[in-house]
Amino acid sequence: MADEIPRIEIEVEVNGRSYRREVEPRLLLVDFVRQELGLTGTHVGCESSYCGACTVLLNGASVKSCTMFAVQADGGRLETVEGLADGERLHPLQQAFSDCHGLQCGYCTPGLLMSARYLLSRNPDPDEEEIRKAIAGNLCRCTGYQNVIAAVRQAAATMRKEGAE
Amino acid sequence: MYPKPFRYHRARSIEEASRLLAELGEDARLLAGGQSLIPLMKFRLAAPEHLIDLNFLPDLDTLRESDDGLQIGALARHARIADSLGSPRWAILHDCASGIADAQVRNRGTLAGSVAEADPSGDWVPVLSTLEASLTVTGPAGERTLPLREAVLDAYTTALEPEEMIREVRISAPPAGSGGAFVAFKRTAQVYASASAAVHLELRDGVCSGVRIYLGCVGLTAVHAEEAEAQLKGRTPSGDGLERAAEAAAAAADPQPDMRGSREYKRMLVGCLVKEAVSRAARRAAGDTVRGGHLYG
Repeated sequence: MADEIPRIEIEVEVNGRSYRREVEPRLLLVDFVRQELGLTGTHVGCESSYCGACTVLLNGASVKSCTMFAVQADGGRLETVEGLADGERLHPLQQAFSDCHGLQCGYCTPGLLMSARYLLSRNPDPDEEEIRKAIAGNLCRCTGYQNVIAAVRQAAATMRKEGAE
Repeated sequence: MYPKPFRYHRARSIEEASRLLAELGEDARLLAGGQSLIPLMKFRLAAPEHLIDLNFLPDLDTLRESDDGLQIGALARHARIADSLGSPRWAILHDCASGIADAQVRNRGTLAGSVAEADPSGDWVPVLSTLEASLTVTGPAGERTLPLREAVLDAYTTALEPEEMIREVRISAPPAGSGGAFVAFKRTAQVYASASAAVHLELRDGVCSGVRIYLGCVGLTAVHAEEAEAQLKGRTPSGDGLERAAEAAAAAADPQPDMRGSREYKRMLVGCLVKEAVSRAARRAAGDTVRGGHLYG
């Protein structure tokens, strides 16, 4: 294919702010977020759709942003880990991961937070089995998941009490 | 890891998608959920020059249920199927949809895409085979109906012409007094199952009047375990009949040894899965609510 590949103009709302960019069709959504927008909280882990470190919410649904092209998010609403905190105030999930020691090295944490956020948006009071199933697409090699599960339960309780989103 | 450069086409209607597919020929691939295609492209095991994105098409992300049955649109994602089909009649579809890969993949991946890929380890083909599903296929010459049993020819090979696409998957309503179950054994969420069994049972006075059993991951396509069906027909779905059905299913399986297990192990696993699936299907046929889904080990 000798001809130059046309770039595609896309508009995506990310954490409430609208961005317009021209992108190469093969640009992965995770690299759009990290390199085009400078939002490096979303991590690149396995690059092969296993580890879930790159999990973001697209129109409210969790997706692996290494397994989507940025052009597919055109017109969509994206939420990344940077969208969780309210200024200096941590989101209840972030606070709970900190309180419960739900992380060690932290590499998988942005993805786990977004998977947990997706779960709690659909099920405000999940039991342990539901939490395990919800985070099955996120690999963590440090915690053994026990404290992650404790953190999600704590966050769920806080959010139910506060009526938080 | 990056795919080779490709040209991106956003189809605005099913006719346009079909026309593009015919025009661009074998250098083009359809992009639906992309959960297999995109990793394949990143590994450069696939390098299409054109991608035709179906995700912006209206009216394809559909799930229509009527007294006659179910029509599943080409863009209906596993998560939507898991969330929407709560009725006991479709329990086997819920079993399957709720356990495919992980939540993120279920939010993107589609049932029709899984059928079109025809991966020997895919979950949907054995399940849909027990329900005698058919495909509505669109191409330049118009639409045609293709029974699923004629649609999947071999591993990664379907009877669809290169310029054809699945518009929807149709399933007739199973008769009253019937039940189905799908049991797949996986080592972890993200991987394909080591083996799976899909069972549809029709019971009359506690006796199996109709049986369909298909196995996944143990052949180039779903394995139709006809001898296992024969062992159950006219008998109760339990005891010696069930033992013999499980043995027959294990014998019908033709698994390849790989990192998921040896031939012997997978055969043994098939027997266990068939027994579990038959038991769940029988309880459902009798009107019980039975939680189903994938097993992890």
